[in-house]
Amino acid sequence: MKSSASRLSLWLLLTPFLLWIVLLVLLPHLQMVRVSFQVRESWDTIAWGVEQYQNFFTESYYWRTFLRTGVMSLFTTFLTLIIAFPIAWYIARLARGRSKSLLFMACLIPFWASELVRTYGWMILLRESGLFSSWLQALGWVDGPVEMLYNDVAVIIGLVYNGLLFMVVPLVTTLDGMDENLVEAGYDLGGGHGTVLREIVVPWAMPGIVSGCIVVFMLTLGSYLTPVLMGGKDSAWFTEQIFTQFITRFNWEQGAALGVLLLVLSSVIVWMGLKISGQSLRKVMG
Amino acid sequence: MDSDLFCEGLVRRFGANAAVDHISLDVPAGTFFSILGPSGCGKTTLLRLLAGFDKPDEGEIHIRGQRMNDVPPNRRPVNMVFQHLALFPTMSVGDNIGYGLKRRKVTLAERRKRIARVLEQVGLPGLENRDPQELSGGQRQRVALARCLVLEPTLLLLDEPLGALDLKLREQMKVELKHLQKQFGTTFVYITHDQSEAMVMSDRVAVMRDGRFDQVAPPEELYREPATPFVAGFVGDNNRLSGALVAIRDNLAEIRLDDGALVQGRVVAGELEIGQRAELFIRPESLVLSADRVGPGLSVMEAKVRTTLFDGANSRLEAENGSRLVYARLPQDGSAPRLPPGSAIGLAWDPALARVFGAENP
Repeated sequence: MKSSASRLSLWLLLTPFLLWIVLLVLLPHLQMVRVSFQVRESWDTIAWGVEQYQNFFTESYYWRTFLRTGVMSLFTTFLTLIIAFPIAWYIARLARGRSKSLLFMACLIPFWASELVRTYGWMILLRESGLFSSWLQALGWVDGPVEMLYNDVAVIIGLVYNGLLFMVVPLVTTLDGMDENLVEAGYDLGGGHGTVLREIVVPWAMPGIVSGCIVVFMLTLGSYLTPVLMGGKDSAWFTEQIFTQFITRFNWEQGAALGVLLLVLSSVIVWMGLKISGQSLRKVMG
Repeated sequence: MDSDLFCEGLVRRFGANAAVDHISLDVPAGTFFSILGPSGCGKTTLLRLLAGFDKPDEGEIHIRGQRMNDVPPNRRPVNMVFQHLALFPTMSVGDNIGYGLKRRKVTLAERRKRIARVLEQVGLPGLENRDPQELSGGQRQRVALARCLVLEPTLLLLDEPLGALDLKLREQMKVELKHLQKQFGTTFVYITHDQSEAMVMSDRVAVMRDGRFDQVAPPEELYREPATPFVAGFVGDNNRLSGALVAIRDNLAEIRLDDGALVQGRVVAGELEIGQRAELFIRPESLVLSADRVGPGLSVMEAKVRTTLFDGANSRLEAENGSRLVYARLPQDGSAPRLPPGSAIGLAWDPALARVFGAENP
């Protein structure tokens, strides 16, 4: 009696999770894999094949965009880490009490607005008639209006800004748990600032660094709004290719194939990152 | 002068409160020097000043004749064993010990040799490749020591490193630390709130209270000749009796206890006035159970048995004198008479073994 009741409650608790994982994760992805191997021969017949994948490798525009997206995402992730680490260090180790929670809030506040609004915020600053441009003119440093939008730098600025919080949070969490004495022992035994950072702090923070990098990398690789809005028409982000296939060209088969490739790319890079840093997914996410 | 550590007039203030208040000390080379005090007495602050993690507001720190005030911690010939050891969890035992050598640009082959040697010296040969987390508490303790001793520091600071160990291991490590100190010949500055640790291990002990040293002396002198009532009460077990000072004759003070008994004890120092409140300290082992045969010159106090506490060689009698609890050591050979609770007894002592101080104003 008792065991059946507890089993029932276990199933009730598991149901939302199972529904979510099956309906929203598993089924759509399986469906997408299926669609990606369909070849349209005529309006009412379907054949199976790898034509869409062949297209990807023969059409240089596809795989170049693919590579470019991967490399720029990696660079964005790295840049986010470099910027987030001092912030996280300050919040976790130096700030105390009230100012600590205030700083944490300050990192969180931008995320109350949608990604769209945040991106438009940057556009207001960077566009030709924007704030930075008019300031530069007012200072007399430039003669005419400067367009700072629609290039790779603008895209990376937007992406770093979007990823920052997701890097800061895991870093703060790991750095918070570090015993102050470890740093002191590092100095006490003869280490300088660089040594203590390299030999003691970074190895300790590695789980946080890797988990932050994974999240930021995935977000960046799969982001759509920021590259489109800040990079302009020619930003050539891979998600735009997928959008074009699905919506503009109504070629679901090709779109699905590109989607599957993106999934494979992100999985491979995350796996390599874990291997290189010597971390396991369980340790990083646990 | 052969002094490894010499401090003069050290002061460290936090706001209006001086955690370290004009402390001067002089530790000869090769000494095991302990700083003993209750928590919050400023001993950790003092140690951090010596290590260089904190700067004194006033005063001088000299280590082997060199002024250290402006030297950062990584350039001082001083290493520290932290309270929770602070072994680097991301490094193996060997890398922990090699960390400091690496900073000194010792070659890999030489590093390996020295790591193996120091591990042998602390009794953990061949454990280089283990993770600190895999070791027992006592082993970790030794790794922390080895990590410092391999650098051959002038001064080793120890911040209550035995606090986290269980009782049995602590007793064992106490003895071992003392032997290691003799073996390496390094000067140890050890802080603790546990008087037994300080007594067993040290050559000299400084008793610290409210940022100042009450007394600096070898352990036995602290025990037998406490300089202040605080030291008398803090170091070892002691019975504290209070009364009014009646007379002083040949360094012997006569005190009228609150229950009316007239007793005697040695006056140590300070100006005492006849009639003022005074406190007499007498150790449990100096108290003799006296049925009726009180020798001449002994002081006697009436008490009522409350209970006997059997603890092997450390068995004690708990008795009441008025509202005050008094402890007396029971004879170790079991020759003590049966003492049913409630029975009246006399407790006698040799006045030369008791210490009298003027009562401190609370």
